[in-house]
Amino acid sequence: MDTMTYDYTEPELSTKGQQMRDLLATYIALISHRLPDDVTAKLQELAKIEVDPLQKLVYDTMMENQLLANKLERPSCQDTGALQFFIKCGAKFPLLGELNQILKDAVYRGTKKAPLRHNAVQTFDEFNTGMNIGDGIPSIFLQIDGDSTDIEMYVYMAGGGCTLPGAAKVLMPGEGYEGVVRFVMDRMTSYGINACPPLLVGVGVGTSVETAALNSKLALMRRVDSESDNANAAKLEHLLEDGINHIGLGPQGFGGQKSVMGVNVVNTARHPSTIGVAVSTGCWSHRRGLIKFDEDLNYELPLNEGVEL
Amino acid sequence: MKTYHLTTPISDDDIKDIRIGDIVYLNGSLTTCRDVAHRRLVEEHRPLPVDVRNKAILHAGPIIKDLGDDHYEMVAVGPTTSMRMEKFEEEFVKQTGVKLILGKGGMGPGTERACKNYKALHLVYPAGNAVYAALHVEKIVDAQWKDLGMPETLWSCEVKDFGPLIVSIDTNGDNLFEKNKVIFNQRKEAEIKKINEQVKFIK
Repeated sequence: MDTMTYDYTEPELSTKGQQMRDLLATYIALISHRLPDDVTAKLQELAKIEVDPLQKLVYDTMMENQLLANKLERPSCQDTGALQFFIKCGAKFPLLGELNQILKDAVYRGTKKAPLRHNAVQTFDEFNTGMNIGDGIPSIFLQIDGDSTDIEMYVYMAGGGCTLPGAAKVLMPGEGYEGVVRFVMDRMTSYGINACPPLLVGVGVGTSVETAALNSKLALMRRVDSESDNANAAKLEHLLEDGINHIGLGPQGFGGQKSVMGVNVVNTARHPSTIGVAVSTGCWSHRRGLIKFDEDLNYELPLNEGVEL
Repeated sequence: MKTYHLTTPISDDDIKDIRIGDIVYLNGSLTTCRDVAHRRLVEEHRPLPVDVRNKAILHAGPIIKDLGDDHYEMVAVGPTTSMRMEKFEEEFVKQTGVKLILGKGGMGPGTERACKNYKALHLVYPAGNAVYAALHVEKIVDAQWKDLGMPETLWSCEVKDFGPLIVSIDTNGDNLFEKNKVIFNQRKEAEIKKINEQVKFIK
Protein backbone atom coordinates (compact mmCIF):
# COMPACT_ATOMS: atom_id res chain seq x y z
CA MET A 1 0.00 0.00 0.00
CA ASP A 2 1.28 3.49 -0.83
CA THR A 3 1.93 5.50 2.27
CA MET A 4 1.65 9.25 1.96
CA THR A 5 3.80 11.43 4.15
CA TYR A 6 3.59 15.00 5.35
CA ASP A 7 6.62 17.15 4.64
CA TYR A 8 7.80 19.19 7.56
CA THR A 9 11.20 20.78 8.05
CA GLU A 10 11.77 22.60 11.29
CA PRO A 11 12.08 26.35 10.63
CA GLU A 12 15.20 28.37 11.23
CA LEU A 13 14.03 30.68 13.98
CA SER A 14 15.76 33.66 15.53
CA THR A 15 17.34 33.07 18.95
CA LYS A 16 14.39 34.74 20.61
CA GLY A 17 12.01 32.76 18.41
CA GLN A 18 13.63 29.53 19.52
CA GLN A 19 13.31 30.62 23.13
CA MET A 20 9.59 31.31 22.73
CA ARG A 21 9.07 28.02 20.90
CA ASP A 22 10.79 26.07 23.66
CA LEU A 23 8.76 27.76 26.39
CA LEU A 24 5.55 27.01 24.48
CA ALA A 25 6.53 23.38 23.84
CA THR A 26 7.05 22.97 27.59
CA TYR A 27 3.77 24.71 28.35
CA ILE A 28 1.86 22.53 25.87
CA ALA A 29 3.19 19.40 27.60
CA LEU A 30 2.19 20.84 30.96
CA ILE A 31 -1.36 21.60 29.82
CA SER A 32 -1.72 17.96 28.82
CA HIS A 33 -1.15 16.71 32.35
CA ARG A 34 -2.36 19.50 34.63
CA LEU A 35 -5.81 21.10 34.49
CA PRO A 36 -6.09 24.88 34.91
CA ASP A 37 -6.77 26.06 38.47
CA ASP A 38 -10.34 27.24 37.79
CA VAL A 39 -11.33 23.82 36.38
CA THR A 40 -9.73 21.87 39.22
CA ALA A 41 -11.50 23.99 41.82
CA LYS A 42 -14.87 23.58 40.08
CA LEU A 43 -14.51 19.81 39.78
CA GLN A 44 -13.70 19.53 43.48
CA GLU A 45 -16.81 21.56 44.25
CA LEU A 46 -19.04 19.43 41.97
CA ALA A 47 -17.63 16.14 43.30
CA LYS A 48 -18.87 17.03 46.80
CA ILE A 49 -22.43 17.55 45.54
CA GLU A 50 -22.89 14.05 44.10
CA VAL A 51 -24.31 11.56 46.62
CA ASP A 52 -24.86 8.22 44.83
CA PRO A 53 -22.11 5.55 44.87
CA LEU A 54 -21.81 5.37 41.04
CA GLN A 55 -21.31 9.12 40.67
CA LYS A 56 -18.90 9.20 43.61
CA LEU A 57 -16.89 6.37 42.07
CA VAL A 58 -16.61 8.30 38.79
CA TYR A 59 -15.45 11.50 40.52
CA ASP A 60 -12.99 9.52 42.68
CA THR A 61 -11.51 8.00 39.52
CA MET A 62 -11.20 11.47 37.97
CA MET A 63 -9.42 12.93 41.00
CA GLU A 64 -7.06 9.96 41.26
CA ASN A 65 -6.30 10.21 37.53
CA GLN A 66 -5.35 13.88 37.78
CA LEU A 67 -3.05 13.16 40.72
CA LEU A 68 -1.34 10.39 38.77
CA ALA A 69 -1.04 12.48 35.60
CA ASN A 70 0.60 15.30 37.57
CA LYS A 71 2.92 12.97 39.40
CA LEU A 72 3.97 10.93 36.37
CA GLU A 73 3.84 13.93 33.99
CA ARG A 74 1.74 12.05 31.49
CA PRO A 75 -1.22 13.36 29.46
CA SER A 76 -4.22 12.98 31.75
CA CYS A 77 -6.47 12.14 28.78
CA GLN A 78 -5.24 10.20 25.77
CA ASP A 79 -7.04 12.52 23.36
CA THR A 80 -4.81 15.56 23.44
CA GLY A 81 -6.76 17.30 20.70
CA ALA A 82 -5.77 19.22 17.62
CA LEU A 83 -4.06 22.24 19.13
CA GLN A 84 -5.69 25.67 18.87
CA PHE A 85 -4.33 29.10 19.74
CA PHE A 86 -6.49 32.15 20.40
CA ILE A 87 -4.18 35.13 20.41
CA LYS A 88 -4.19 38.83 21.14
CA CYS A 89 -0.96 40.37 19.96
CA GLY A 90 0.32 43.93 20.13
CA ALA A 91 1.48 45.23 16.74
CA LYS A 92 4.95 45.85 18.18
CA PHE A 93 5.50 42.38 19.66
CA PRO A 94 8.94 41.61 18.23
CA LEU A 95 8.21 38.03 17.07
CA LEU A 96 4.93 38.73 15.26
CA GLY A 97 6.44 37.89 11.86
CA GLU A 98 7.72 34.52 13.08
CA LEU A 99 4.64 33.67 15.14
CA ASN A 100 3.05 31.07 12.85
CA GLN A 101 6.29 29.15 12.52
CA ILE A 102 6.96 29.36 16.27
CA LEU A 103 3.55 27.95 17.13
CA LYS A 104 3.67 25.09 14.65
CA ASP A 105 7.13 24.08 15.73
CA ALA A 106 6.14 24.36 19.40
CA VAL A 107 3.36 21.85 18.76
CA TYR A 108 5.73 19.60 16.82
CA ARG A 109 8.23 19.60 19.69
CA GLY A 110 5.63 19.58 22.48
CA THR A 111 4.07 16.49 20.89
CA LYS A 112 7.33 14.57 21.26
CA LYS A 113 7.97 15.95 24.71
CA ALA A 114 4.60 15.17 26.36
CA PRO A 115 4.09 12.84 24.35
CA LEU A 116 0.82 13.90 22.73
CA ARG A 117 -1.29 11.73 20.46
CA HIS A 118 -0.92 12.14 16.72
CA ASN A 119 -4.18 13.84 15.90
CA ALA A 120 -3.64 15.42 12.48
CA VAL A 121 -5.30 13.55 9.62
CA GLN A 122 -4.86 15.18 6.22
CA THR A 123 -8.34 15.48 4.73
CA PHE A 124 -9.21 13.84 1.40
CA ASP A 125 -5.77 12.20 1.26
CA GLU A 126 -6.87 10.63 4.58
CA PHE A 127 -3.62 9.80 6.24
CA ASN A 128 -2.34 10.64 9.71
CA THR A 129 0.75 12.85 9.46
CA GLY A 130 2.17 11.14 12.54
CA MET A 131 3.44 14.48 13.83
CA ASN A 132 0.31 16.08 15.28
CA ILE A 133 0.69 18.96 12.83
CA GLY A 134 -0.85 19.23 9.38
CA ASP A 135 -2.42 21.73 7.02
CA GLY A 136 -4.11 24.22 9.36
CA ILE A 137 -3.17 22.26 12.49
CA PRO A 138 -2.44 23.87 14.86
CA SER A 139 -5.19 26.39 14.14
CA ILE A 140 -4.26 29.95 14.92
CA PHE A 141 -6.78 32.74 15.55
CA LEU A 142 -4.97 36.04 15.78
CA GLN A 143 -6.24 39.45 16.73
CA ILE A 144 -3.97 42.50 16.61
CA ASP A 145 -4.58 44.45 19.79
CA GLY A 146 -3.20 47.99 19.65
CA ASP A 147 0.49 48.67 19.24
CA SER A 148 1.83 47.22 22.49
CA THR A 149 4.87 44.94 22.63
CA ASP A 150 3.01 42.16 24.51
CA ILE A 151 1.21 39.02 23.42
CA GLU A 152 -1.29 36.79 25.23
CA MET A 153 -2.56 33.50 24.00
CA TYR A 154 -4.95 30.78 25.03
CA VAL A 155 -3.69 27.31 24.21
CA TYR A 156 -6.47 24.76 23.86
CA MET A 157 -6.48 21.00 23.59
CA ALA A 158 -10.00 19.78 22.85
CA GLY A 159 -10.52 16.09 22.26
CA GLY A 160 -12.85 14.66 19.62
CA GLY A 161 -15.55 13.84 22.15
CA CYS A 162 -16.21 17.39 23.23
CA THR A 163 -15.60 18.78 19.73
CA LEU A 164 -18.41 16.65 18.32
CA PRO A 165 -21.34 18.60 19.88
CA GLY A 166 -20.17 21.81 18.20
CA ALA A 167 -22.87 23.35 16.00
CA ALA A 168 -23.87 26.70 14.57
CA LYS A 169 -27.03 27.97 12.96
CA VAL A 170 -28.50 31.24 11.75
CA LEU A 171 -31.92 31.92 13.25
CA MET A 172 -34.59 34.30 12.04
CA PRO A 173 -35.04 37.17 14.52
CA GLY A 174 -38.63 35.99 15.06
CA GLU A 175 -37.22 32.93 16.79
CA GLY A 176 -35.63 35.27 19.33
CA TYR A 177 -33.47 34.25 22.26
CA GLU A 178 -35.97 31.47 22.84
CA GLY A 179 -34.52 29.97 19.65
CA VAL A 180 -31.04 30.29 21.13
CA VAL A 181 -32.18 28.46 24.27
CA ARG A 182 -33.77 25.63 22.27
CA PHE A 183 -30.67 25.28 20.10
CA VAL A 184 -28.35 24.98 23.10
CA MET A 185 -30.59 22.75 25.20
CA ASP A 186 -31.25 20.25 22.38
CA ARG A 187 -27.52 19.89 21.86
CA MET A 188 -27.04 18.97 25.51
CA THR A 189 -29.30 15.94 25.53
CA SER A 190 -28.29 14.68 22.07
CA TYR A 191 -24.53 15.17 22.00
CA GLY A 192 -23.56 16.73 25.34
CA ILE A 193 -24.20 13.51 27.16
CA ASN A 194 -21.29 11.84 25.29
CA ALA A 195 -18.95 14.82 25.54
CA CYS A 196 -17.67 13.92 29.05
CA PRO A 197 -19.79 15.97 31.44
CA PRO A 198 -19.59 17.98 33.60
CA LEU A 199 -19.16 20.29 30.63
CA LEU A 200 -18.14 23.86 30.12
CA VAL A 201 -20.70 25.16 27.62
CA GLY A 202 -19.70 27.99 25.29
CA VAL A 203 -22.51 29.87 23.59
CA GLY A 204 -21.75 32.34 20.80
CA VAL A 205 -24.24 34.90 19.54
CA GLY A 206 -23.61 37.10 16.50
CA THR A 207 -24.59 37.47 12.87
CA SER A 208 -23.55 34.36 11.00
CA VAL A 209 -22.26 30.84 11.56
CA GLU A 210 -18.57 31.72 11.69
CA THR A 211 -18.92 34.76 13.98
CA ALA A 212 -21.15 32.81 16.34
CA ALA A 213 -18.86 29.77 16.20
CA LEU A 214 -15.74 31.77 17.03
CA ASN A 215 -17.60 33.52 19.86
CA SER A 216 -18.65 30.15 21.27
CA LYS A 217 -15.02 28.98 21.28
CA LEU A 218 -13.85 32.21 22.90
CA ALA A 219 -16.51 31.59 25.54
CA LEU A 220 -14.69 28.35 26.41
CA MET A 221 -11.50 30.35 26.96
CA ARG A 222 -13.14 32.30 29.78
CA ARG A 223 -12.82 30.96 33.31
CA VAL A 224 -15.51 28.47 34.30
CA ASP A 225 -16.73 30.77 37.08
CA SER A 226 -16.72 33.96 34.99
CA GLU A 227 -19.73 36.06 34.07
CA SER A 228 -20.51 38.10 30.95
CA ASP A 229 -20.26 41.90 31.27
CA ASN A 230 -23.60 42.22 29.54
CA ALA A 231 -26.45 41.94 32.04
CA ASN A 232 -28.80 40.05 29.73
CA ALA A 233 -26.08 37.70 28.50
CA ALA A 234 -25.11 37.04 32.14
CA LYS A 235 -28.75 36.34 32.92
CA LEU A 236 -28.88 33.82 30.05
CA GLU A 237 -25.68 32.20 31.34
CA HIS A 238 -27.26 31.61 34.74
CA LEU A 239 -30.58 30.45 33.31
CA LEU A 240 -28.86 27.96 30.99
CA GLU A 241 -26.52 26.77 33.73
CA ASP A 242 -29.42 26.04 36.07
CA GLY A 243 -31.50 24.58 33.24
CA ILE A 244 -28.80 22.20 32.03
CA ASN A 245 -27.94 21.24 35.60
CA HIS A 246 -31.59 20.38 36.24
CA ILE A 247 -31.49 17.98 33.27
CA GLY A 248 -29.11 16.03 35.54
CA LEU A 249 -26.61 14.55 33.07
CA GLY A 250 -24.21 13.84 35.94
CA PRO A 251 -20.57 12.88 35.45
CA GLN A 252 -20.12 11.02 32.14
CA GLY A 253 -23.86 11.24 31.46
CA PHE A 254 -24.68 8.52 34.01
CA GLY A 255 -27.19 10.88 35.64
CA GLY A 256 -26.53 12.94 38.74
CA GLN A 257 -27.03 16.26 40.45
CA LYS A 258 -25.10 18.50 38.03
CA SER A 259 -24.32 18.59 34.29
CA VAL A 260 -22.02 21.54 33.78
CA MET A 261 -19.01 23.35 35.21
CA GLY A 262 -20.48 26.54 33.77
CA VAL A 263 -22.09 28.26 30.79
CA ASN A 264 -20.27 31.18 29.17
CA VAL A 265 -21.82 33.44 26.54
CA VAL A 266 -19.78 35.63 24.20
CA ASN A 267 -21.78 37.96 21.97
CA THR A 268 -21.14 40.45 19.18
CA ALA A 269 -23.59 42.66 17.29
CA ARG A 270 -25.87 41.08 14.69
CA HIS A 271 -27.37 41.96 11.34
CA PRO A 272 -31.00 43.06 11.90
CA SER A 273 -32.27 40.10 9.85
CA THR A 274 -30.35 37.32 11.60
CA ILE A 275 -29.33 35.83 14.93
CA GLY A 276 -26.28 33.64 14.53
CA VAL A 277 -25.96 31.11 17.36
CA ALA A 278 -23.33 28.49 18.07
CA VAL A 279 -22.53 26.09 20.84
CA SER A 280 -19.16 24.57 21.68
CA THR A 281 -18.50 22.29 24.61
CA GLY A 282 -15.46 21.63 26.74
CA CYS A 283 -15.21 18.31 28.57
CA TRP A 284 -14.46 17.99 32.30
CA SER A 285 -10.82 17.62 31.33
CA HIS A 286 -10.80 21.17 29.97
CA ARG A 287 -7.15 21.58 29.00
CA ARG A 288 -7.04 25.27 28.32
CA GLY A 289 -3.97 27.32 29.14
CA LEU A 290 -3.21 31.03 29.08
CA ILE A 291 0.26 32.48 28.66
CA LYS A 292 1.26 36.14 28.46
CA PHE A 293 4.66 37.28 27.19
CA ASP A 294 6.27 40.70 27.13
CA GLU A 295 8.80 41.71 24.50
CA ASP A 296 11.64 40.08 26.47
CA LEU A 297 9.62 36.84 26.78
CA ASN A 298 9.03 37.26 30.49
CA TYR A 299 5.86 35.23 30.93
CA GLU A 300 2.85 34.91 33.22
CA LEU A 301 0.58 31.89 33.62
CA PRO A 302 -2.58 33.30 35.21
CA LEU A 303 -4.41 29.94 35.18
CA ASN A 304 -1.59 27.86 36.68
CA GLU A 305 -0.57 29.22 40.04
CA GLY A 306 2.91 28.27 41.18
CA VAL A 307 3.97 26.82 37.80
CA GLU A 308 7.27 27.70 36.17
CA LEU A 309 8.31 26.50 32.73
CA MET B 1 -25.33 -1.60 41.68
CA LYS B 2 -23.41 -4.90 41.90
CA THR B 3 -19.69 -5.33 41.27
CA TYR B 4 -18.25 -8.14 39.12
CA HIS B 5 -14.71 -9.24 38.26
CA LEU B 6 -14.42 -10.89 34.84
CA THR B 7 -11.45 -12.72 33.36
CA THR B 8 -11.07 -13.57 29.66
CA PRO B 9 -12.08 -15.88 28.06
CA ILE B 10 -15.61 -14.85 29.06
CA SER B 11 -18.56 -17.23 28.65
CA ASP B 12 -22.25 -16.43 28.11
CA ASP B 13 -22.84 -17.73 31.63
CA ASP B 14 -20.31 -15.30 33.14
CA ILE B 15 -22.31 -12.27 32.02
CA LYS B 16 -25.93 -13.43 31.97
CA ASP B 17 -26.84 -11.93 35.36
CA ILE B 18 -25.01 -8.63 34.86
CA ARG B 19 -27.42 -5.73 34.46
CA ILE B 20 -27.20 -2.09 33.35
CA GLY B 21 -25.72 0.13 36.05
CA ASP B 22 -23.56 -2.70 37.48
CA ILE B 23 -19.79 -2.28 37.76
CA VAL B 24 -17.25 -4.61 36.14
CA TYR B 25 -13.46 -4.91 36.48
CA LEU B 26 -11.69 -6.79 33.69
CA ASN B 27 -8.68 -9.09 33.78
CA GLY B 28 -7.05 -10.60 30.70
CA SER B 29 -7.13 -9.65 27.05
CA LEU B 30 -8.28 -6.25 25.79
CA THR B 31 -7.73 -4.94 22.25
CA THR B 32 -8.21 -1.34 21.15
CA CYS B 33 -10.46 -1.16 18.10
CA ARG B 34 -12.17 1.89 16.64
CA ASP B 35 -13.47 3.59 13.49
CA VAL B 36 -11.41 2.33 10.57
CA ALA B 37 -10.87 -1.17 12.00
CA HIS B 38 -14.66 -1.59 12.25
CA ARG B 39 -15.08 -0.29 8.71
CA ARG B 40 -12.39 -2.61 7.35
CA LEU B 41 -14.08 -5.68 8.85
CA VAL B 42 -17.67 -4.80 8.01
CA GLU B 43 -17.45 -2.84 4.75
CA GLU B 44 -14.14 -3.94 3.28
CA HIS B 45 -14.62 -7.58 4.39
CA ARG B 46 -11.07 -7.81 5.69
CA PRO B 47 -10.79 -10.31 8.56
CA LEU B 48 -9.76 -8.78 11.88
CA PRO B 49 -6.07 -9.68 12.38
CA VAL B 50 -6.67 -10.29 16.11
CA ASP B 51 -8.88 -13.03 17.58
CA VAL B 52 -11.21 -11.27 20.03
CA ARG B 53 -13.68 -14.15 20.48
CA ASN B 54 -14.84 -14.30 24.12
CA LYS B 55 -12.56 -11.38 24.88
CA ALA B 56 -12.91 -7.60 25.03
CA ILE B 57 -12.40 -4.63 22.74
CA LEU B 58 -11.98 -1.00 23.74
CA HIS B 59 -13.10 1.90 21.57
CA ALA B 60 -9.95 3.91 22.11
CA GLY B 61 -6.97 5.56 20.52
CA PRO B 62 -4.12 5.46 23.01
CA ILE B 63 -0.81 7.27 23.32
CA ILE B 64 1.93 4.68 22.91
CA LYS B 65 5.65 4.88 23.43
CA ASP B 66 7.61 2.85 20.88
CA LEU B 67 10.42 1.12 22.78
CA GLY B 68 11.86 -0.48 19.61
CA ASP B 69 11.97 -4.16 18.52
CA ASP B 70 8.15 -4.36 18.49
CA HIS B 71 8.00 -3.43 22.16
CA TYR B 72 5.56 -0.74 23.24
CA GLU B 73 4.52 1.04 26.41
CA MET B 74 1.03 2.29 27.15
CA VAL B 75 1.39 5.95 28.17
CA ALA B 76 -2.27 6.98 28.21
CA VAL B 77 -5.44 5.18 27.16
CA GLY B 78 -9.10 5.96 27.52
CA PRO B 79 -12.34 5.40 25.69
CA THR B 80 -13.59 7.32 22.69
CA THR B 81 -17.23 7.96 21.70
CA SER B 82 -18.76 4.52 21.13
CA MET B 83 -21.68 5.87 19.11
CA ARG B 84 -19.35 6.35 16.13
CA MET B 85 -19.04 2.57 15.89
CA GLU B 86 -22.81 1.96 16.19
CA LYS B 87 -23.19 1.66 12.42
CA PHE B 88 -20.85 -1.36 12.40
CA GLU B 89 -21.14 -2.92 15.85
CA GLU B 90 -23.94 -5.45 15.34
CA GLU B 91 -22.14 -7.05 12.42
CA PHE B 92 -18.81 -6.75 14.26
CA VAL B 93 -20.09 -8.69 17.28
CA LYS B 94 -21.71 -11.29 15.03
CA GLN B 95 -18.52 -11.90 13.07
CA THR B 96 -15.95 -11.72 15.86
CA GLY B 97 -17.75 -13.21 18.87
CA VAL B 98 -16.43 -10.44 21.13
CA LYS B 99 -18.04 -10.45 24.60
CA LEU B 100 -17.27 -7.04 26.06
CA ILE B 101 -17.35 -3.77 24.15
CA LEU B 102 -15.77 -1.00 26.19
CA GLY B 103 -16.15 2.62 25.27
CA LYS B 104 -17.65 5.96 26.12
CA GLY B 105 -21.28 7.08 26.12
CA GLY B 106 -24.18 5.01 24.91
CA MET B 107 -24.79 2.95 21.80
CA GLY B 108 -27.91 2.34 19.76
CA PRO B 109 -30.39 -0.31 18.63
CA GLY B 110 -27.90 -2.33 16.54
CA THR B 111 -25.65 -2.89 19.54
CA GLU B 112 -28.69 -3.64 21.72
CA ARG B 113 -29.66 -6.41 19.29
CA ALA B 114 -26.09 -7.71 19.20
CA CYS B 115 -25.82 -7.80 23.00
CA LYS B 116 -29.10 -9.68 23.24
CA ASN B 117 -28.68 -12.09 20.34
CA TYR B 118 -24.98 -12.91 20.68
CA LYS B 119 -24.70 -12.37 24.47
CA ALA B 120 -22.37 -9.44 24.92
CA LEU B 121 -22.15 -6.30 27.07
CA HIS B 122 -21.40 -2.68 26.28
CA LEU B 123 -19.60 -0.99 29.15
CA VAL B 124 -18.40 2.53 29.77
CA TYR B 125 -15.04 3.41 31.19
CA PRO B 126 -15.18 6.91 32.78
CA ALA B 127 -13.52 8.91 30.03
CA GLY B 128 -10.62 11.28 30.42
CA ASN B 129 -8.90 9.05 33.00
CA ALA B 130 -6.15 7.92 30.71
CA VAL B 131 -3.27 7.60 33.14
CA TYR B 132 -5.35 5.66 35.66
CA ALA B 133 -6.32 3.27 32.84
CA ALA B 134 -2.80 2.98 31.42
CA LEU B 135 -1.48 1.91 34.81
CA HIS B 136 -3.88 -1.06 34.68
CA VAL B 137 -2.43 -2.23 31.36
CA GLU B 138 0.27 -4.73 32.28
CA LYS B 139 1.73 -5.04 28.80
CA ILE B 140 1.06 -4.60 25.11
CA VAL B 141 1.34 -8.03 23.52
CA ASP B 142 0.54 -7.28 19.88
CA ALA B 143 0.05 -4.42 17.40
CA GLN B 144 -1.85 -4.97 14.14
CA TRP B 145 -2.92 -2.70 11.29
CA LYS B 146 -0.18 -0.26 12.25
CA ASP B 147 -0.65 1.47 8.89
CA LEU B 148 -3.67 3.20 10.50
CA GLY B 149 -1.43 5.28 12.77
CA MET B 150 -1.14 5.43 16.53
CA PRO B 151 -4.78 6.07 17.48
CA GLU B 152 -6.31 3.46 15.14
CA THR B 153 -3.85 0.57 15.45
CA LEU B 154 -5.23 -2.58 17.10
CA TRP B 155 -3.22 -2.64 20.32
CA SER B 156 -3.71 -5.94 22.15
CA CYS B 157 -3.13 -5.60 25.87
CA GLU B 158 -3.02 -7.69 29.02
CA VAL B 159 -4.99 -5.80 31.66
CA LYS B 160 -5.45 -6.17 35.40
CA ASP B 161 -8.49 -4.88 37.32
CA PHE B 162 -9.29 -2.62 34.38
CA GLY B 163 -12.20 -0.44 35.48
CA PRO B 164 -14.51 0.75 36.83
CA LEU B 165 -16.60 -0.28 33.82
CA ILE B 166 -20.26 0.72 34.04
CA VAL B 167 -22.63 -1.56 32.15
CA SER B 168 -24.55 0.48 29.58
CA ILE B 169 -26.18 -2.34 27.54
CA ASP B 170 -26.78 -5.82 29.03
CA THR B 171 -27.62 -9.23 27.56
CA ASN B 172 -31.35 -8.41 27.69
CA GLY B 173 -30.64 -5.52 25.35
CA ASP B 174 -31.53 -3.00 28.07
CA ASN B 175 -29.83 0.35 27.50
CA LEU B 176 -28.87 2.63 30.42
CA PHE B 177 -28.23 5.72 28.29
CA GLU B 178 -31.46 5.37 26.31
CA LYS B 179 -33.41 5.09 29.57
CA ASN B 180 -31.60 8.15 30.92
CA LYS B 181 -32.23 10.05 27.69
CA VAL B 182 -36.00 9.72 28.02
CA ILE B 183 -35.78 11.28 31.50
CA PHE B 184 -33.28 13.94 30.36
CA ASN B 185 -35.50 14.99 27.46
CA GLN B 186 -38.58 15.29 29.67
CA ARG B 187 -36.68 17.48 32.12
CA LYS B 188 -35.25 19.52 29.25
CA GLU B 189 -38.65 20.49 27.91
CA ALA B 190 -39.74 21.69 31.35
CA GLU B 191 -36.54 23.74 31.73
CA ILE B 192 -36.86 25.33 28.28
CA LYS B 193 -40.35 26.46 29.14
CA LYS B 194 -39.13 28.06 32.36
CA ILE B 195 -36.16 29.80 30.72
CA ASN B 196 -38.07 31.10 27.72
CA GLU B 197 -40.33 33.21 29.91
CA GLN B 198 -37.27 35.19 30.97
CA VAL B 199 -35.36 35.77 27.71
CA LYS B 200 -37.71 38.01 25.75
CA PHE B 201 -34.91 40.51 25.07
CA ILE B 202 -36.31 41.53 21.64
CA LYS B 203 -39.23 43.84 22.30
